[in-house]
Amino acid sequence: MTNVTMTVNGKSVSGDVAGNTLLSTYLREDLNMTGTHIGCDTSQCGACVVHVDGKAVKSCTMFAAEANGAEVSTIEGQANSDGSLNVIQQAFQDHHGLQCGFCTPGMVMTTAALLKDNPKPSVAEVREHLEGNICRCTGYHNIVKAIIAASGQDVSAIAAE
Amino acid sequence: MPKDGGIGASTLRREDIRFLTGEGQYSDDLKRYGQAAAVFVRSNVANGVIKSIDTSAAAGMPGVLAIFTGEDFVEVGGNPAGWLINSRDGEPMKEPKRPVLAHGKVRHVGDAYAAVIAETVEQAKDAAEAIEADIDELPAVVNMADALSGNNYVHDEIETNQCFDWGWIEDNRAATDAAIKGAHHVTTLELVNNRLVPNAMEPRCSMAEYSKSSGEYTLHTTSQNPHLTRLLISAFVLGIPENKLTVIAPDVGGGFGSKIYHYGEEALVLAAAKKLGRPVKWTSDRTEAFLTDAHGRDHVTKIELAMDAEGNFLAFRTETMANVGAYLSNFSTATPTFLHGTLMAGNYTVPNVYVNVKAVFTNTAPVDAYRGAGRPEATYSLERVIDKAAREIGMDPIALRRKNFIKPDQYPFASAAGLEYDSGNYDALMDRMEIVADMAGFAARRKESEAKGMLRGFGVNAYIEACGIAPSNLVGILGSRVGLYDAATVRVNATGNLSVMVGAHSHGQGHETAFPQVVSEMLGIDAQSIDIVHGDTSKIPFGMGTYGSRSLAVCGSAVVRATEKIILKATKIAAHMLEADASDITFEDGEFSVAGTNRKVSFGEVALKAYIPHEYPIENLEPGLEETAFYDPANFTYPSGAYCCEVEIDPDTGKVSVERMTAVDDFGNVVNPMIVTGQVHGGLGQGIGQALLENAAYDEDGQLLSASYMDYTMPRADDLPFYTVDHSQGNPCTHNPLGVKGCGEAGAIGSPPTVVNAVIDAMQSGGKNVTHIDMPVTPHRVWSAMNNA
Repeated sequence: MTNVTMTVNGKSVSGDVAGNTLLSTYLREDLNMTGTHIGCDTSQCGACVVHVDGKAVKSCTMFAAEANGAEVSTIEGQANSDGSLNVIQQAFQDHHGLQCGFCTPGMVMTTAALLKDNPKPSVAEVREHLEGNICRCTGYHNIVKAIIAASGQDVSAIAAE
Repeated sequence: MPKDGGIGASTLRREDIRFLTGEGQYSDDLKRYGQAAAVFVRSNVANGVIKSIDTSAAAGMPGVLAIFTGEDFVEVGGNPAGWLINSRDGEPMKEPKRPVLAHGKVRHVGDAYAAVIAETVEQAKDAAEAIEADIDELPAVVNMADALSGNNYVHDEIETNQCFDWGWIEDNRAATDAAIKGAHHVTTLELVNNRLVPNAMEPRCSMAEYSKSSGEYTLHTTSQNPHLTRLLISAFVLGIPENKLTVIAPDVGGGFGSKIYHYGEEALVLAAAKKLGRPVKWTSDRTEAFLTDAHGRDHVTKIELAMDAEGNFLAFRTETMANVGAYLSNFSTATPTFLHGTLMAGNYTVPNVYVNVKAVFTNTAPVDAYRGAGRPEATYSLERVIDKAAREIGMDPIALRRKNFIKPDQYPFASAAGLEYDSGNYDALMDRMEIVADMAGFAARRKESEAKGMLRGFGVNAYIEACGIAPSNLVGILGSRVGLYDAATVRVNATGNLSVMVGAHSHGQGHETAFPQVVSEMLGIDAQSIDIVHGDTSKIPFGMGTYGSRSLAVCGSAVVRATEKIILKATKIAAHMLEADASDITFEDGEFSVAGTNRKVSFGEVALKAYIPHEYPIENLEPGLEETAFYDPANFTYPSGAYCCEVEIDPDTGKVSVERMTAVDDFGNVVNPMIVTGQVHGGLGQGIGQALLENAAYDEDGQLLSASYMDYTMPRADDLPFYTVDHSQGNPCTHNPLGVKGCGEAGAIGSPPTVVNAVIDAMQSGGKNVTHIDMPVTPHRVWSAMNNA
């Protein structure tokens, strides 16, 4: 077992983990933060995306021990301090960018990373950036639309309802 | 304008808040004190005799609590088929037992023959690897034609791989044959409807708990229909009394059909929880999901369309082989028959239809209903052969369809495939599609594509489906072993807000938002004061769950009926409070008033009176305000649509891209347009996925070649376009109180033939006389077709 200490959503946490414990497992099983989801075994689906030191990471491909000393943020830490949805979360609700909700935490975290690097992405850039996040419910239309909206760009030309 | 939160309003989804903040509670998110982990040991061969299983080494490994094999379940029942199909000769279908764990033989890769329960998942996995099974591998039966002609049987005891040989409608066969024989023109098409894996993003998960003192079990599981799962486990598999088993499907991360069914893993964790007296949880990994979730489609079909000299349809004749895999999943026999054959008249006035379906056992995962379930297969066959026919006789494909459409004055229309369509207007859908898709601009867009060196094609499709399953009496005659009503309980709380318990289950469909809109509209009270309870058999009435685009049409109708009962009783209470006759009471906007006076009481005051029945007519009226309704539909509902798309093909690589996709649907009335549009989007994504990308490929040894997201091409965001979706042309369903038809499957039904028709059109525009190409339309297939044409 290895002792790890990290900051998760602004709070310091510490614990003993086995060397092969994945960050996703540590978050879900040890910290009871089950908003980070496991959807595949091969780092393809993106339901487990979190931020480690500001970068989007698939937490199922990183050992918890590797995050020792890191700043980790997860879906549980994304809402505004008053509990209201942040701009990205609100855009997903406003544009019906989620259905079953399982891929949603990963989508929100991936979007946050995208908009940090590229505040006004084009539709093509958004679609390309979502290569590592699979959604089976929405056909992506409303996810892409929500991300464009979250970036402050006009979505009136994208078919509505 | 619809009322805010009422019927017709695009109310934002309330369930989104928890999903967006990480507070969803999916089965795998649950954790119990003392929880143990189950891991299954699965066959890595497609067909084999289990000679011995040595668990002794595994049993002594760290953390191991128990090991189960097929031997432990020989005394309990099998997982049954929910629908009895009789062959043309009257013989009932073959129903081999589907045990909790394989016993004697393994029959597909992934077939579980043992399970390890340990303190942790890692310990269970380590021990699973230490189980020594001596399995004598046999040749696998994979190809359906070989399965029917050979004598290598998936189930030795039934001595055939043919589950049934079904004819629909057998009495129409001779007339259909004669019509084809005498026709001016017959178009024939052989096609494959490719095998798909549903791939809900949340893998299956089941956790069982058992109380020794009460004998009660609780099963949390990823289910679209918890009551049906409970019934199957109780009545057929484990024999646990229904009153001692609670099944809870909490938040479920997508289903698409794959979570309708009861699976052996659910029975295993229940048995293990009892044996150990501890909670036991199993969570599927993605590879297990690929190997064991019920797959979809997998038909090999020959279809013929007979026409007269003017292009009038005279007959459709279909021969299909439908793969059911190694065991019968619960609704696997209904999908290729009554959800497929009955739709083979399409949107057309064709007088003769005959369908023959042979269901075939193979050493592959079970195949069952996947989004659309039989209706995509029917639509694909019809709309591909019609397109081919149009090209053969030199007629515009839209004109040929319009010529044969059922006309609006012909409803109710008795189709030649045995259904009675209640309403529709297919020409109006096509008219609307031509406008919203800007068909007039296609020629210019084709020129632009050609200027870039690309080929551009236009494809069209008209579909009808049967949803809202189903009238219980009718499906009973057709072989269903369950009723297909649904149920709702409306509980008005003393303080005037409401809890509505429904049999439908929401796993992405937004019921928690849409169902309150219906009740809000009826009662005139704020939708935010109305909450939906679903997914827990200890809380909800016995409903049949969510699939077949039935939630609003069937369960929503039950909600309406229960709410009507609430209004009826509340009116009597209000009449007493207002000292008036009930017949003089009017109810509007949440207030009961005496006609022609200013005397009134609010809905909330009536609710309070119902629960604090002082000065109450107790001799005539029970206290309380809670009503239940069961709703059994009079007919299926018949959503229909006109779809079109434009594709570009890169002739150098064969890569196809969908540039424009338009779906115009008749869903009848629409409760929440935003949610309905989202449902169509999702179906379109899956349908385009089937057309271009997805294929569950087995090799000749029965190994699934596409068993991970690195091998099975799930549609990604950059594979798909924005969609144009329109449901302005609704013709309300005539037989349910909401006039709704169901929207969940339409996109997946209407899009595959649309895409393939467009691909053919693009290749033809490039001078390549390709008349058919099988799905998925991969670059390799397109390039090969073009270079061999």
